Formats: sequence, C-alpha cells, structure tokens
Amino acid sequence: MSGTEQNSETTTLSGAEILIRALTDQGVEVIFGYPGGAVLPIYDALFAQNNIRHILVRQEGGAVHAAEGYARSTGKPGVVLVTSGPGATNAVTGLTDAMMDSIPIICLTGQVASHLIGNDAFQEADTIGITRPCTKHNYLVQDTDEMGRIVHEAFYVATHGRPGPVVIDLPKDICVNQGHYEKPDLENLHHKTYRPPMEGKATSIMRAVEMMAGARRPIFYTGGGLINSGPEACARLRELVRLTGYPITSTLMGLGAYPASDDRFLGMLGMHGTYEANNAMHDCDVMICLGARFDDRITGRLDAFSPNSRKIHVDIDPSSINKNISVDLPVIGDVGKVIEQMLAQWKSGGYKPDPSALNDWWTTIQKWRSRDCLAYTQDTDIIKPQYAIQRLYELTKDQDTYITTEVGQHQMWAAQFYKFEEPNRWMTSGGLGTMGYGLPAAVGVQIAHPNSLVVDISGEASFMMNVQELSTAMQYRLPLKIFILNNRWMGMVRQWQQLLHGSRFSETYSEALPDFVKLADSFGATGLVIERSGELDDSIRKMLETDGLVIADVRVAQEENCFPMVPSGAAHNEMILADDQNAERPKVTGDGMALV
Amino acid sequence: MSEKPEIAPKHTIAVLVDNEPGVLARVVGLFSGRGYNIESLTVAEVDASQDRSRINIVTSGSEMIIDQIRAQLERLVPVFNVVDLTEDGPSVERELALVKVVGKGENRIEALRVADIFRARAVDSTLGSFVFEVTGDSGKVNAFIDLMQPLGLTEVSRTGVVAIARGADAM
Repeated sequence: MSGTEQNSETTTLSGAEILIRALTDQGVEVIFGYPGGAVLPIYDALFAQNNIRHILVRQEGGAVHAAEGYARSTGKPGVVLVTSGPGATNAVTGLTDAMMDSIPIICLTGQVASHLIGNDAFQEADTIGITRPCTKHNYLVQDTDEMGRIVHEAFYVATHGRPGPVVIDLPKDICVNQGHYEKPDLENLHHKTYRPPMEGKATSIMRAVEMMAGARRPIFYTGGGLINSGPEACARLRELVRLTGYPITSTLMGLGAYPASDDRFLGMLGMHGTYEANNAMHDCDVMICLGARFDDRITGRLDAFSPNSRKIHVDIDPSSINKNISVDLPVIGDVGKVIEQMLAQWKSGGYKPDPSALNDWWTTIQKWRSRDCLAYTQDTDIIKPQYAIQRLYELTKDQDTYITTEVGQHQMWAAQFYKFEEPNRWMTSGGLGTMGYGLPAAVGVQIAHPNSLVVDISGEASFMMNVQELSTAMQYRLPLKIFILNNRWMGMVRQWQQLLHGSRFSETYSEALPDFVKLADSFGATGLVIERSGELDDSIRKMLETDGLVIADVRVAQEENCFPMVPSGAAHNEMILADDQNAERPKVTGDGMALV
Repeated sequence: MSEKPEIAPKHTIAVLVDNEPGVLARVVGLFSGRGYNIESLTVAEVDASQDRSRINIVTSGSEMIIDQIRAQLERLVPVFNVVDLTEDGPSVERELALVKVVGKGENRIEALRVADIFRARAVDSTLGSFVFEVTGDSGKVNAFIDLMQPLGLTEVSRTGVVAIARGADAM
C-alpha cells in the first residue's frame, strides 16, 4: 500500500501496540474475541487502552457471526480476535459464511512464535493454509515493522470491491517485538494489485438503459450487493424503480434494499420465493440483475431459467458474470454507482417505457399475485409459524427493529412474512446457510445498536447450535428477544424428507430439548412459552415489554411445510404451492434428487 | 454447471503475480477448489526488482469455464494481470524436457539419430545411457518421447509449458 505520510513521527512500539494503534486509526470501536496463549500480548495491549471495546464471546465461531451482525447492520467492517489453533479453526465456519455473503470482516488470529511454526507446536494450526479458500485474502505478519501496513491493507481489501473476510495471522513473537508505526493517509491508500472498478463503462450503461427502455416485460432482480453498496445505492434503486415503474424482486440477501410494502415489490424470488416473483422472472423479456449472483437457490433448473429474456448483470465481481447463467450485457462496477449512471442516462436520454406493454405486464403480474401464494390457514388454536411471524411483524414494525435469523423453515417464513422497509435491518446466513448464526449475529447487532429492538427469529434446533452465546448476551446486558419457532423438528430437513424421501424422517426429530424457560432462568434471563394462537399477541407484547433478554418458546404447528417451493431441479414456473393437490408428491426424480 | 462441456480445448493462461508467500498455493488452490483442470504449470520469478513472478498454466474447459478461470484468477488479491494467450492472439509456447535413454548397440545409435533430427542435445552420457535435452512445443516433446520409448527410455523430466505472446506488446 502506498499513501502520503501524514505523520512523520515514528515511535517504537510492540507489535501488539502497533496492532491496536492501527485498529484505532481505522476507527474500530468493537472487537469480538476470545483470549488464549498466543494472543496474550494483544490482550495485554487491549487492557492498556480505552478506545476499543472488547466483547468476550463464548466460542470463537460466535465471535465471527457477531462481527457479521455488527458489519451487516452498520456497513462497517466487523473485527474478530481469536487465539491460535482451535481459536482459528473455530472461526472457519464464520469466515466461510462471511465469504459467501460478502461481509467485510477482519479476523485477527494468534499464531505460535515464528520459530515454532511448522513444528506441530501446542495450539499450532496452519491458519493461513486452512483459511486460504474461505477468505478474500489472508496475511501472515513476519516482521513487526510490517504490522501497521498489513492491518491497513487488510481493511482496504476487506471493504473494497466485493467485500469479504480477511485473516491476519499474528505470531506471538511478532506481537512482542518492537517495531515502527506511522499512520498512513487512509483516504489515499492504493493497493499495488487490487483495484476494483467502481464505475460501469459508459457504453455498457448506454446499452443497458436502451435495453431497459425497450423492454415489454421487464423485471429488476436485486440482491445483497445493494446492501453492501450502502443506503445511497438503495435510495437510487428506489428512484430507478419509481422512474421506470418496473416490477422488482429481491434475493434473500437483498431484502430491505427496496421497501417490501411498496406495490412494485413482488416479494422474494427463488426456491421459497413468491409465485408472482418467480413467474415474472420466468416470463420476463428483460431482466435487470443488480448486485445478485444467479445462485442455484434463485435459478432452479438452469436450462429452464428465464428462457426468453435478455439479461443485464451489474456486479462488482467479474467472476460472478456468466458463472451460472449466460448474460447478454455484463456491467462491472459498484451497483450504487452504476444505478446512478443509469439514472443519469435515463433522464438525459428522455427514455419512456412503452405504457401499454407495461400495463399488460402488470395485469399479468396481478393475476399471479391474486393466487395469494403465501396463504395458510390459521383455523385451530395451534399456532401456525407463518402467523407467529406475521404477528411479530405487526407488533414490531413501528419500532426501530433489527431481525436476525438462524437457518431453515423459520428463516424462509421470516423472509416471506416479515416486511423490511430499510436496508441493514435483516441479518441472515444466505450463501452458507449456517445454523447457529442468528443468536451471535444478534449479539453483534445489539452491540452496534444498543437502543434498538433486536429479535432473533430462531428455530429450536438452530438455537441449540450456538446457545452458549446467551452467556455473552447476559454479560453485556443485551436485551435480545429470541423468538423460537419450536416445532421439535429440524423443520426444513423434515420437509425435504417428507417431500423427497418418502416421509422417512431419519434423525430429524429433536429428542430431549431443554425447557427453554428454565434455560433462560438459569442464565438470569426471562423465558416464556406461547402455546395457543389466542395468547400470541399478548405474549409477544410481554416479550417486547420485558426488560433484558427474553426467550420466547413459541410452540408452532409441528408439521407445517414452507411453501411456495421450487423443488430441486425444477423450473421457476413449476412451483409447489401450499394448496396444491399434489403438494405431498412433487415430481422430483433423477438429477433433481442429487441436488441440495 | 450441470451440462458437461462437449469439447474442452486447451488454453494457456499467463498470470503475473506479486511474489509473496503462498501466492502459488492460492492459484493452485483455486483450481482444485473449483474443479478446474491443470495440465501443466510453470512458475518462476521474472522481475526481481519488483518482486513479480509469472505463472503459466495450461488448462482446458468450455468457453464459459475458461472465462470463469480468468475472472477467478483476476479476483485474487496478489494478481497483477491475467492473459489467455490462446484466446488473445498468436503466441509462442516452449517446453523443455530431459529424457534418459538406456541402451546399447543399434538402439543407442538410433537414439542419437533421432535426437539429431529433433535437435536434442546430449547433456549427459555414459557408455550405456544418454540424457537428452529437447525443447519445443509440447507436441514436439511428446513426439520425441514417443520415439525414444522403444529405444530404451527410462525417465522423463519436463518443465511444463512457458509461453509468451508474439509481437511487440508486453503483458
């Protein structure tokens, strides 16, 4: 990295002190971590300062998810500090999760002293080797004088281009030794090789706008890239949709970039997306993909994916282009910047979509909409999980609310029924699908937003995966609301077993679940059970009004399935709907069975 | 990709990288992790003053896969530049092989004759063996090795392909 030096004064500091100083210069306020032998010098340096707050998690995996929640809800990189060996290996799941969902994370891992590396020393692991495929980049600091430069470069790499996790491996002697540090001019840092493009090519923008304006059945397909690009990108997206009047759908990761309550929003698309969104994707003639990556959960069967459309793909990462789906017009650049360019081009060119074609298109969409694909019946006293989320939404929508989820049916229902109006309000593990993400992520969100309402919509099986982080939440008096949709099954796996494996429910029933009220009690939190639909509203209100952490054990219908569903290997227009006669027996055979 | 590519033409890709520790592991790990083929790979520092190394990779795949490989390589942080030499115009490819041939009598004489035709040099000799050095494109090296097979070939060491674009433009 090069940058003009602002401060020519150099001082000799220990490597650990340089690290803390560089982090402070980067504006880091919070570190999520867990101490151990190899990082003792760093913890010593942390102890001697007051700029950075350390949040002690209960397992390193939780630290990374907490940092992800922090990052996703603030737009700032999340910072993690773990020790060598098991500390680093425990962080691997979180790093992979951040890699898949493009979350900027700086993970500082302790390492045995330089002279011991490669000797199978106590708590030694080849962290650089292990984390190479699950990070955007990683560094082993081999010289204390290099510490400052590497930290600043790591932040640059994590936050520029497509964001991602970066590991800095810190041998103990490097942290103890003395070295020099100068604060670089952070505004003018340049990387010698890594310079992702921000603006789209003018010719591509012009062609894109022409394709958009000439569309008869257009659709915006938007993703997590908009959230990463920032609130400004989301504001521009809203303007672009308003200006064109085109329908818009979003991936799981992009929810909140466009207000869900707006009439132009067709809901989420993909495997558990809405009937109208998936049919519109299938039948459109121009698809404008903004910051999404044609993931297999979105496309369904590749050769049947939106067969008659011309596709524009805006992405900051060239490797996302033509990876799964061939597109007609790639535009490489930051999605917020590109939308700004598109807006300027649209306005200056005086473009107008064909009103009658657009009107016909909306009529078709309304027909799909009237199918009311998310309908369910709440006819008995047993709580339907969809109903629980709908009521939670109604009772929290007027508050300053952040939602995290775990992974499974509850996650999909949350995506379908909780309506997000703003970006950065929705934290979920999309690409990797990491059960146990939601509770630690909620810890990170609440640390960043101490006065906001943070709800972890959870399933009982996912909740058990990182249940130890309750202790973290209690230590920092975080008033999390943990809303467990408890059906005693690993619901999504059970659903697949029912639909695809002849209802052979192999190992998916949770025997010996804890009493969640007593569990809450043992941590000093409040627990409550909600069993009847009639008591749902009052109990949710009680959960929201109770000070401190609350675990709500919501006993929901045990065998409810999540629909609509595009089964593996099927096309978008071959969805199963909840009220289909054949919903129990989808036509999945051969290749589809082998797909995840 | 669900469908198998029907034809998988070979591509030679040159990658200019910052010569930092682990950079080769990054490149190789990318190929194994994403299931791309490596048919040959060469790596050496090419500019000591700027700490740059060049990696030449011969790979194969459909057009979509080759484009992916290129984009994935460009995504690696220490990569300066990626050029698909097969795609981007004419290029020169060379490989060097050391070929050990053991034999006596007529076979030994025939080996020398073949070596002469291929402009291979004997770089080591005993009364019962030769080590030939042969350079050329991979096809020529393959042909030489095939001809040496019946003449007492016992060992082969090949560098893999190094390649460079023809013309005045540098990568």
